Amino acid sequence: MKPRLSMSHPATATAVVASLAAASLLFLHPAAQGSSPPTALFWLLLLALGAIALWTIRRVAAIQGTHFDGVLTAALFGLWVLYFWQVLVVAFEVPRVLLPAPTLIVQSLMDNYAKLWGDFTQTVLKAVCIGWLLGSGLGFAVAVAIDRMPFLQRGLLPLASLTSTVPLVAVAPIAVMWFGFEWPSKAAVVVLMTFFPMLVSTLAGLKASGKLERELMYSYGASYSRTLWSLRLPSAMPFMFGALKVNATLALIGAIVAEFFGSPTVGLGFRISTEASRMNMSLVWGAIVVAAVTGSLAYALLVQLERRAAFWHPSIRGK
Amino acid sequence: MATSSKAPPAPLATRAWEQGLPVVVMVLMFLLVWYGGAWGMNASGAIERVLEPSGNPWTWQDLLATTLNMERPVLPAPHQIALDFWSSLVDWPIDSPRNLLFHVAVTGETTLVGFAMGTVLGLVLSVLIVHSRTLDRALLPWIVASQTVPVLAIAPIVLVILGSLGLEGLAPKAVIAMYLSFFPVTVAMVQGLRSPQVIETEMMHTYAATRWQALWLLRLPAALPFLFPALRVGIAASLVGAMVAELPTGATAGLGARLLTGSYYGNTLAIWSALVMSSLLGLVLTTLVALTEHLAMRNRRQP
Repeated sequence: MKPRLSMSHPATATAVVASLAAASLLFLHPAAQGSSPPTALFWLLLLALGAIALWTIRRVAAIQGTHFDGVLTAALFGLWVLYFWQVLVVAFEVPRVLLPAPTLIVQSLMDNYAKLWGDFTQTVLKAVCIGWLLGSGLGFAVAVAIDRMPFLQRGLLPLASLTSTVPLVAVAPIAVMWFGFEWPSKAAVVVLMTFFPMLVSTLAGLKASGKLERELMYSYGASYSRTLWSLRLPSAMPFMFGALKVNATLALIGAIVAEFFGSPTVGLGFRISTEASRMNMSLVWGAIVVAAVTGSLAYALLVQLERRAAFWHPSIRGK
Repeated sequence: MATSSKAPPAPLATRAWEQGLPVVVMVLMFLLVWYGGAWGMNASGAIERVLEPSGNPWTWQDLLATTLNMERPVLPAPHQIALDFWSSLVDWPIDSPRNLLFHVAVTGETTLVGFAMGTVLGLVLSVLIVHSRTLDRALLPWIVASQTVPVLAIAPIVLVILGSLGLEGLAPKAVIAMYLSFFPVTVAMVQGLRSPQVIETEMMHTYAATRWQALWLLRLPAALPFLFPALRVGIAASLVGAMVAELPTGATAGLGARLLTGSYYGNTLAIWSALVMSSLLGLVLTTLVALTEHLAMRNRRQP
């Protein structure tokens, strides 16, 4: 990368702030409020603003700095996308069915706060959390249990790996038939989806401790359970956290899709599918925002937890 | 495990015995548990609906025979599923919605079209990201973050948007399959295209290679080992996308639609056959990708 940094960071910061100020000024234009049809001048200003937006993103991206600068670029890009989404949707009078403006989505988030909170409890707190804990816990327990049985391992591992190619979420109709419409059927789908990744990762992780360390434990005369507890489980942690992170996303997908197959009249998946068929798209987007925020938060939490729990591991230490 | 790479390969029969036997035993155990489960879960229904109404005294053999051959079992026995599966393939013409192959064709087409579009999109995006610092900084974090989000939930929105634009049939479903499969490809390819060492990129530089030559001759070949695992993930995700996309449209064809109609009418056997078929489709598609990988990588020596 050539040093394109002839100007210092304060100049970039000023440019960003100035462009955002200009953007908010344009936001007050009647056309951006949807109260008058857009004029030629408005289009010209918008075009210029688009060029400025691109320029600021390039400027910020060119900063050679810390990890924080990278996040800043992405955040600025997201902000501009939101801004043009808002302005263009309002000025063009895009039908709400096609794409509601961000403000409308926020509005519906606030209006339907109680409804969405109910959906969140139903889908996330009940189905996803319980299913994720049960599925991951079972996968872990089975992996540790068959650790000393190579025959079972050789039999189970190929079959467990195959399940990653199978659309497991398709068991949802059967789960609904067995466990009813309420959340246990969704939790069952989640258990099935999260079980195998955890099993495969834990088995791989238990093999990850170094030969040197294992021989050290052997020379200490450490028992099997002592070696497992003090050496092999800790060194399996990055694998297990990897599976937990994958499982968090899988669990959300499983619960939401399972609700497409039948659910009580509450739940994120139910909300998305019914409101989509009623063309109430701003509420659909609201439910998706809830699901997306939940997914990212769960992931971030798990990353933090991993840093606390496996702070000594080389894969964490470097960061 | 660790020694297998150093030891001379054992004769094929021994290896098949060592690796195949545990799997076969596990499958047999699994089937046994399944039959036991079918017996246990169907027992109350069988007594209530078949054995009691007939009025005759019955023994446990009657109960066992009935539970394994019910019309609408809670858990069908494996042989029932196999029979239903087979009859759906043989007893109906291929263009009949009662033939599973008809549904496989619909879902498979969506999956493959979506997968191809997703792969192309992923490749193009990753090349752009590798060559543009702005895109790398502004776009890549969003693509990575979107992997932690249940993107499949957007499927109904995509269907509504594309539907109101007048697109129907294959296109909306393929779009959903596409956006599920392009994420893994993009992320892996960005990693792969960046995998060449400094010394190799500098050599391309001393040859005065253009960007395109460096991309074509160095970066793309170096990225292949990253690409194929992503393609395996991508095609599995594409299949899930294709099946889920059939749900909210009320489509009448495709494995996902078959699952949905099965669950509406309580037709357990149809659900299980469709489930078996979609698993088989997933396996076949992944095997195809693995075969392509084998063909493409056969000339490479493992370090």
